[in-house]
Amino acid sequence: MSTSTNSRRLRESATAVVGSPQSRRTRTKPFNWRRAGAWVLIVIAVAVTLAPFLWMLRTALSSNHSLASNAGNLLPADFSWGAFQRVFGLQSPEQAIAEGGSGADINFWLYLRNSIIFATMTTAGQVFFSAMAAYAFSRLRWPGRNKVFAIFLATMMVPPIFTALPNFLMIKNLGLLNTFAGLALPFMFMTPFAIFFLRQFFLSMSREVEEAAMLDGAKHLRIFFQIVIPNAAAPLATLALLTFIGQWNEYFWPLLVGQDESVRVLTVGLGVFKSQSPQGAPDWSGLMAATLVAALPVLILFIAFGKKVVNSIGFSGIK
Amino acid sequence: MTTLAKHAEPAALPKPGKPAKFGIRRIGDLKIALLFIFPAMIGFVLFFLVPTIRGIYLSFTEYSILGDPTWIGLKNYTTIFSDDLFWNAMAVTVQYVALNIGFQTVIAIGLALLMHRVAKSTFIRGVLLLPFLVANVIVALLWFWMLDYQLGIVNEVISWMGLPRIAFFGSEQWAIPTIAFVNVWRHMGYTALLIFAGLQSIPNHVYEVANLDGASPTRTFWSITMPLLRPVLALVLVVTVIGSFQVFDTVAVTTQGGPVNASRVIQMYIYQKAFGESDFGYASALSVILFIILALVAFIQMKFLKGNETDLD
Repeated sequence: MSTSTNSRRLRESATAVVGSPQSRRTRTKPFNWRRAGAWVLIVIAVAVTLAPFLWMLRTALSSNHSLASNAGNLLPADFSWGAFQRVFGLQSPEQAIAEGGSGADINFWLYLRNSIIFATMTTAGQVFFSAMAAYAFSRLRWPGRNKVFAIFLATMMVPPIFTALPNFLMIKNLGLLNTFAGLALPFMFMTPFAIFFLRQFFLSMSREVEEAAMLDGAKHLRIFFQIVIPNAAAPLATLALLTFIGQWNEYFWPLLVGQDESVRVLTVGLGVFKSQSPQGAPDWSGLMAATLVAALPVLILFIAFGKKVVNSIGFSGIK
Repeated sequence: MTTLAKHAEPAALPKPGKPAKFGIRRIGDLKIALLFIFPAMIGFVLFFLVPTIRGIYLSFTEYSILGDPTWIGLKNYTTIFSDDLFWNAMAVTVQYVALNIGFQTVIAIGLALLMHRVAKSTFIRGVLLLPFLVANVIVALLWFWMLDYQLGIVNEVISWMGLPRIAFFGSEQWAIPTIAFVNVWRHMGYTALLIFAGLQSIPNHVYEVANLDGASPTRTFWSITMPLLRPVLALVLVVTVIGSFQVFDTVAVTTQGGPVNASRVIQMYIYQKAFGESDFGYASALSVILFIILALVAFIQMKFLKGNETDLD
């Protein structure tokens, strides 16, 4: 982290003194074609990124039957809250079918609850246990420490599909298919990335307070809970946020072990939703309303903590 | 990343009040360390180490979930070698990776340069990152709708321009390029941010010297930015290529491998073998091969792009 802030500071001060070629030219000339062209590209990139989301919203607020005749209209076709009502189960099956829905029970609330349970369980376990391991790798001295750390890191190279098949068999043999335990267990204890991320941060933290506490006879458990965790609140929150978003979006593993309604998460539920269309034509507005609501928690988290996420990708390097 | 880990040699906390006896120094904090590392160790052994070994073992067996695995030696591997569907899956996957990584990397470098030189606001970086934070499944469904043959807005625009409509997910020649494009859209902002972080580590004085020497922006880009960016770019490429080889969610939600075999990527094939045909031995052998391919790709890329060295010294 320090190197990136240093270099940023260095660059800023250098810009202030010398001025980058572009900014000097802007100061002397009122209009700069190169710069204007660059901004056009940026606007295009932002538009390409955002337009599909707006289209999602537009479709969700449209009526299915009007979509065909107004396919090119930018505003919602025959504005209606019907799609959202279908998603939240507020319409009777007859009404839903009349509006182009499947009429089947979608159980959106259940999937939403399941996603919250799954993502929260795995995030809490993973961040906490990884923090404990990171403490052992950064603050304690024990034989074989660096070897064990290297082996942990090496597992980052193993593709998830490779362990998914044997893990599925194990969860099945334990009788944990279609349970939250089966869904969460493989993610709950650690990921090499989380340990690596936190270890790097712990190593960069000042140890003065910890050493003082050590002189006062504090034990490692107390130091970990009362000094290290509070001091590392920011990176722990960033890691928790990234983990939560990742787990919220997880599809492959829940598809394998969580097919049953009672534990089906949103990503799996949406996939099913798409293939449920008895009349042949999919319920596009219902589907877009559902995807919008499914994406909403992530969008809210991102609007609230976006800066933290963006900057963490800057310094944590590669996830 | 591993290089970083190697350099960071943490010094132990001094153990005040305790004379450094030989025995204590050798064992150090082993007891308390075992306590701290215990949960992570359980997770590592149960869900990474054991499955890795078991996966390799299963690849030498015939196993259909019912009953016990039977050892059949290398038979799975010899069958794979003459399995047309496997070679098709490899060809499809490689085609996907080439399109996905090619476009994504070029666009991301462009965006990173723009973020670095022109649009410095965190807000713009945040907006460009947005698609990456939305689930693969949601992104896939969104584009499945926008690229729909009958009602999709993209085909509306195409037919409005007087061109014939395109069956993006429904035709054999378009399925893979379409899926590759959808994931370029999802990943370009994220990849750009990674490269952006690399650009920030290039010291400014290098650019100043180039500027004083009257180097053109194009020349500066090819002679300074790209060479100095190489280590970061190598790492980004290794990570994105490995991720790209494991494409699954988008395919599963949209085409499920079709039409015919046009988008049956390797992970989809493994999934169908294991869970569609209950052929866990064969599926395990396929994932061993995928694992080896990924390791080779990472190794060749690091070697070829010299990702561990920097030209900054």
